[in-house]
Amino acid sequence: MTATTPARSRWASLRVGHAALRLERRCLWIGTAGIAASLALAVAALLIGDYPLSPVQAMQALLGTGDDPLATFFVQRQRAPRMLAAWLVGAALAVSGSLFQSVSRNPLGSPDVIGFTTGAATGALVQIVVFDAGPVAVAIGALLGGAGTAALVYLLAWRNGLTGTRLVLVGIGVAVCLQAVNNLLVLRTSLGTAQSAASWLAGSFNATTWDETRLLALAMTALVPAALLLARPLGTLMLGDELAAGLGIRPDRVRTLVVVVSVALVSVATAAAGPIAFVALAAPQIARRLTGTASVGVGTAALTGGALVQASDLVAQRLFAPTQLAVGVVTGTLGGLYLIWLLTREWRRNTR
Amino acid sequence: MTMTSAGSSPARPAAGPRLAAENLGVGYGNRLVLDGLDVTIPTGELTVIVGPNACGKSTLLRALARMLPARHGGVRLDGRPIEEYPPKEVARRLGLLPQSPSAPDGITVADLVARGRYPHQGIFSQWSRADEIAIADAMSRAGVAELTDRCVTELSGGQRQRVWIALALAQQAPILLLDEPTTYLDIAHQIEVLELARDLQRDGFTVVMVLHELQLAFRYATHLIVMRQGAIVVQGDPAEIVTAELIEEVYGLACRIIADPETGRPLVIPRAARGARP
Repeated sequence: MTATTPARSRWASLRVGHAALRLERRCLWIGTAGIAASLALAVAALLIGDYPLSPVQAMQALLGTGDDPLATFFVQRQRAPRMLAAWLVGAALAVSGSLFQSVSRNPLGSPDVIGFTTGAATGALVQIVVFDAGPVAVAIGALLGGAGTAALVYLLAWRNGLTGTRLVLVGIGVAVCLQAVNNLLVLRTSLGTAQSAASWLAGSFNATTWDETRLLALAMTALVPAALLLARPLGTLMLGDELAAGLGIRPDRVRTLVVVVSVALVSVATAAAGPIAFVALAAPQIARRLTGTASVGVGTAALTGGALVQASDLVAQRLFAPTQLAVGVVTGTLGGLYLIWLLTREWRRNTR
Repeated sequence: MTMTSAGSSPARPAAGPRLAAENLGVGYGNRLVLDGLDVTIPTGELTVIVGPNACGKSTLLRALARMLPARHGGVRLDGRPIEEYPPKEVARRLGLLPQSPSAPDGITVADLVARGRYPHQGIFSQWSRADEIAIADAMSRAGVAELTDRCVTELSGGQRQRVWIALALAQQAPILLLDEPTTYLDIAHQIEVLELARDLQRDGFTVVMVLHELQLAFRYATHLIVMRQGAIVVQGDPAEIVTAELIEEVYGLACRIIADPETGRPLVIPRAARGARP
């Protein structure tokens, strides 16, 4: 593999045989920083807890060579799957958000704004409240709810093709209706069920095991490459349908595929950890501002989302330990504050 | 006219018509804008389509670029029905610049022009030396090489239009279709864009444009197509076909035609309205 670096170029190209990729240099840096941050947070997540460990102890526990059964249990059964799930959920939400924001050409066109997360929650709540179901059934309910809502929004917004604004407006309408249904479901049930429903609604990794993490990882190995493949035609689609069609893209087909992939991503993530607020909206915007690019950054968005949820989960676990916060509360706060800071800095710079 | 081309013939015959419509019918909704139209775009010429508003000239251009499905008849590209080609293959033979493309916020000129390489790239060959050469060539032809790292949104209208043309050039398609490329530009920038179109034609491109301004159309077209109500009234060299009667018939405008003192091309001088106030 060789990296050619022509003088004064913003681009770095990677060539492996006949395969060639071109990446913006800044994206490469941000990507490397994102991977480093994710790894650092992963290590921190293994060490920090009610049962603090040294790096050596944690490593031994992870490899199963340690002589402390409690450490092995905490690391292998709780901290490792939780840390991985947090990263995967964050990445899935961020990728889904970046795809949706590009296809609707609107930062508000995020799955949490246009009803898909709310719909997934409806599916899960029906399982919890009506059928008193277990975790697996709740996850399936969330998947079906998300997909059903997406189909509904898509059908209502479709008229000789799909436009971004119509998708966002119809989505917001559907989201409001479903939110009312969700409230009704929680209000009409017993106190105990309402409590477990509310804790699911806040989104958390408190009960995450390897089972969910494995399923999540499996789904994402199929969905993330699909998202990466769609990013290029999607970036070209932002030049307008006609120009994109002139370049050999089938706009409606690309849009449909994008919607399918991102709905699958957000549903899988919500099924695994509940509706985690704001990541799908904020992570792609944060990534875009960090890299300074105009196009869809699926990779950088994934790293940003992963690191954001990892950091949020650490804060949620430790801020008021032993009381654990819902991770959704923290993502909203951390991501929101950071995005506001980035935006105000950008506006100040532009108006100067 | 008939088209003869077997599957074994070379992909790009050097001579002969490459883009043609036969018995073409296209429309929007229930209304047919073009009905049974035949036209052959002469290879290597700068063809300009003119006609009054809503005569179907943009519709024809968009149908030629397979943006509108044919209700009957169809468009042939290099002897084969255009819809038989894979979309990227059409894009390698024919470039289209629509009327109002949109640039994403914050995109640079180089990044935008690079998008024109899409039809030449695949999943595993996203970036090659050929792409770099094609982009550099397109930018220098369009005269935007020095704008490489500028943001498209901060350019002037004329510069922006040349950047869009550079994108179409990066496609390296021998046929270029430009839909009203001079709209919203002041006269100097209109001339700039049309001079660029003429340079491209002289370099061997087949260029087809829809224009509103008759003076400019007559000045730059080597082949003129005059349309009215979805049909072609006349076509040919503007110097031979443009007469006062033609303008009167097509536009309902009484006028004189004089020779442009600068180029000798036809120039439309509208008659002073009878009874007009001094």
